[in-house]
Parts: sequence; structure tokens; C-alpha cells
Amino acid sequence: MSARKVVSPKRARGIVSHRVAGISPSGIRKFFDLLSTMQGAISLGVGEPDFTTPWHISEAGIYSLEKGYTMYTSNRGMLELRQEVTRYLNVQYGLEYNPETEILITVGVSEGLDLALRSIINPRDEVLCPEPSYVSYQPCTVLAGGVFVPVPTTVANEFKVKAVDIEKRVTERTKAILIGYPNNPTGTVLSRKEIGGIAEVAKKHDLIVVSDEIYARLVYGIEHTCVASLPEMKERTILLGGFSKAYAMTGWRVGYAAARPEIIEAMTKVHQYTMLCAPIMGQMAAIEALKAGEDACLEMVADYDRRRRVMVKGFNDIGLACFEPRGAFYCFPSVKLTGFSSNEFAEKLLVEEKVAVVPGSAFGECGEGYVRCCYATALADIEEALRRMGRFVERYR
Amino acid sequence: MNKEILKILEKDARATPQQIATMTSLPVKEVEKSIEKAEKERVIVKYKTIVNWEKLGEEEVQALIEVKIQPQRNVGFDAIAERIYRFPEVRSVYLVSGTYDLAVLVVGKTMHEAAAFVWQKLATLESVQGTVTHFLLKRYKEDGEILDGGGEKGKRQPLTF
Repeated sequence: MSARKVVSPKRARGIVSHRVAGISPSGIRKFFDLLSTMQGAISLGVGEPDFTTPWHISEAGIYSLEKGYTMYTSNRGMLELRQEVTRYLNVQYGLEYNPETEILITVGVSEGLDLALRSIINPRDEVLCPEPSYVSYQPCTVLAGGVFVPVPTTVANEFKVKAVDIEKRVTERTKAILIGYPNNPTGTVLSRKEIGGIAEVAKKHDLIVVSDEIYARLVYGIEHTCVASLPEMKERTILLGGFSKAYAMTGWRVGYAAARPEIIEAMTKVHQYTMLCAPIMGQMAAIEALKAGEDACLEMVADYDRRRRVMVKGFNDIGLACFEPRGAFYCFPSVKLTGFSSNEFAEKLLVEEKVAVVPGSAFGECGEGYVRCCYATALADIEEALRRMGRFVERYR
Repeated sequence: MNKEILKILEKDARATPQQIATMTSLPVKEVEKSIEKAEKERVIVKYKTIVNWEKLGEEEVQALIEVKIQPQRNVGFDAIAERIYRFPEVRSVYLVSGTYDLAVLVVGKTMHEAAAFVWQKLATLESVQGTVTHFLLKRYKEDGEILDGGGEKGKRQPLTF
């Protein structure tokens, strides 16, 4: 009897769903593996603060555990935290949200983004998104059943999206505009007028704006404009914010969404069945952050600003043209003069000079030719990385 | 006076005028002038290094002494404070509110040396009414720096989005 391969009908269709199979894996895995075996490497490829959480905030989390706060919270998050978020958004932007119905505490902005997209997207709905953009925007849109429509930006305009470029791509199926400013990876910040332009497109074509404002507090010499604070925009904006960047709380996993009641209701539905609630100790720490974290936040921002200036000048001095980023903690210099693609540049730089950067192409096609470098890195390391990169550029320019 | 420059120097006294100029986007000349002025006016009092001598096995004894004073007419506590802070063994002197008046930090090579300073020099001053000596057992944090700190660095994932 000859051996016959038995293939079950299920197996024939593949184990992994087509939707997930169609999503590209993270583009930095190979760098990660290389880096973790390397001695003396400097990483500018990190996407989080290099400060630990201010102690009074951590202490509030510890105290909450000591007091026995170890259980679920309300699906929407602790009312006290929602009230604090409401107060904070009022103080910062003059916004008026109802903490009972218009705020949802999420597991970071990452979850908030997923919930927002899943709550508003019908199959094949299109989401317009300026690129380069944070790596999760495209996959989350696809996972929600939507179609991701990138709106490319260029260095000539410091990677600021133009409202007209968004409007050009609006179709019958367009449901939302997804923006993230201050931007990861470019550090670009939009002015009030520029955000206003996007708002006008949203109003004109009846679109929702999903706004990832996780970097809102990290701006340098420019004011952050919250899109929800513009006239008639509160009702069509899903505002996503969090604590990770402003208060160096990435590991606590707490964020929030603010939107009109029916959207928050829908997002809460998904959240309650998939996440239940954000971790309680993180919520307790977040309350402390909003009540008393302002000074610590401003001190960290001042510190990032100093290092930002060192990095921007450093790149321009060694010939890697870098516009001045006004937010987040990234520089996005061009590596075109080396003739390498951003991927080749990052790989060669890591192997030859032991400096890790993230290829701009990981953030969308128009990020090709650039690399993302994080200045939330010890000053001495930034200076040494610049020396090594200068050497590298000299070799290949 | 540029406060930003002072803040940078307060964190790292070794920051060079060039580095500070880059960090603040100011001309180097202006940074140098500003520092010079601050030094002259004693806004910058001194540049110092915090050394953890214990790591080298060096013995050093510190004692925090509560000193109760009979204030003097016209000069209050200042004259007696000066009498005390001029001793090289005295590292810090503070006038404080509460049950005693001066908090004095004394350093000696041995416990005996520190104690001897208290009963020979300090307690015998005329307007000193009494002293309570607390020997320091362990230094955890000094001038804002955690002495055994730094363990929190390097725990980040090396590459994240």
C-alpha cells in the first residue's frame, strides 16, 4: 500500500487566517536579533522614554497594591481616572467631555486605536492616513476589515500632510482620517492651521478623525493642537491619548479614548469582550500622574529638548540632512547621500559601527531614504553614535 | 542670567560650553559669558564631584548634630553659626525650625575623631546649650543622587516602534 498524504480540508485552507497572513511582520526583527548578540552597541532605535516613571507615580501604583487594589475595574475604567482625564483635557484644550459617557480607559493608545477602528469600520471602508506613520495604523485598519489608504508626505514639507492631498483621495467609501501628530517616526508637528485644514476635509466629507495624540506633551517651541478642540470637531473626533510618553509610563499600559457617547459605547463593547479593563494599578498610577505629574512631565520635556538639539545639529554636521523635528523624541534624517536604501543603511551601520536605527521604510513607502533615530537616549550615547555615524557616512558618501 | 545653562550644569558640571551651546541653540561665546558671570557672582558656587568612598573601602564617619543655641543680641544665630561653619570638619550647617536650632554635619576619619570634635569644640562654645549627636550609618542618597542607583538603566528593549 502506498503512503498517501492525507490533507484535511481545514489544513488545506491553512491554519492562519488570510487576513492575518496578509499582514507583514515587523520589519525590525532581524535588527533586534543582531543587536541582542552585540557588545558595545548603541541603540537609537528605541521608541520609549529613557526615564523611569517619576517615583511619586510608581509609589501610587505600589500603594494601590498594598491597599488591595488587585481586582477588575469598571469596563470603562475607574470613574476617578475618567474624571481626571476629563479635567486634564479641559485644562489643556478647553474640551468638555462627560466622564460617565465620553471617556474610556484603554490598555494604552495601542488598544484604543484598535477599538476605534473596529468600532467604526465596515468591510472595505477606507481609512486615509498620512505616511510615514506609526507601524500599527495599517495592520489595525486591515484587521478591522478596512482598507488603508496612505497619503504620502515629503521632506520638502517637513512630512506635514496637506489637506488637499487627503481630500484628493476621498471616495464614497472613505470613513475616517487617521492621524498621529506629533508624529512617530518623523517628529513632525502640525500647526493649528494645518490641523484645521484636515478638520475642514473631515467636515466637508462627513468623515471621522481618529487622532493618536500620545506624543501631545512632547513638543518643543510649538503648541500642540488637539483636533477635537477645533470648532465642530469634538463630535467627529476619536481622541486617543495616554500616559506612556508624557509620564514615562510605557510599561503600565494605560491610555484613554475620548469621543461622543455612541462611539465610546461601541468601543466599550469591544473592550469589555476582549480586554475587560485596563490594569487597576496602572489606573491608580495614572490618577496620580494627572493630579501631580505636571512638573515631572515638563522637566522631562526640557531634557528631551536639549538632546533633540544635539542630535539635529549632529546629523546636519555629518551630512545627514535633518529637518528640525518639533515633537515626539525622534529625528528623521535622510541617508540618501550614502546611496543605500534605508534598510541597507540600518543593517550596514549596525554591523560596521554598532549603532541601531530604524529604517524609515518600516513606516511607509515614503519613509524610504530616511532612518528614525530616538534622542530619548543618554547624551553621551547620542554623541558617540553621532561620531560612529559620521565615520560611516564618510566611508560611503 | 540664563537659567537653562545653569540647569544643565547643575546636572552635569562637566558639560562643556560647546555642548551647552548645542543643547540650547545659543552661541558658544554667549554660553561662556553667561557661565563666567554666574561664577563671578557666585550663582555657581563651585563644581564638585560626589564620590562614593565606601566603594574604595575608605572609612569616613559622618555625624549629624542637633545643636541648641542661645541666640545673641543683634546677631541672632549668625555669629555662632559662623563660629561653627568655619571648622573644616563641618561639612554643612543649617538653621532649622523645631526643637533645636542648628543642624550640623560633621565629618571625621573615625568615630572618635568626630565625637571629639563635638565635645571639645562644639559643645564647649558659650552659647551652645546642648547637642545631640547622630552618627550616620549608611548613605543612600546625596545631593539628589542615589549612591547605589543606576540599576534602572538598560532595561528597555533595544529596539521598539
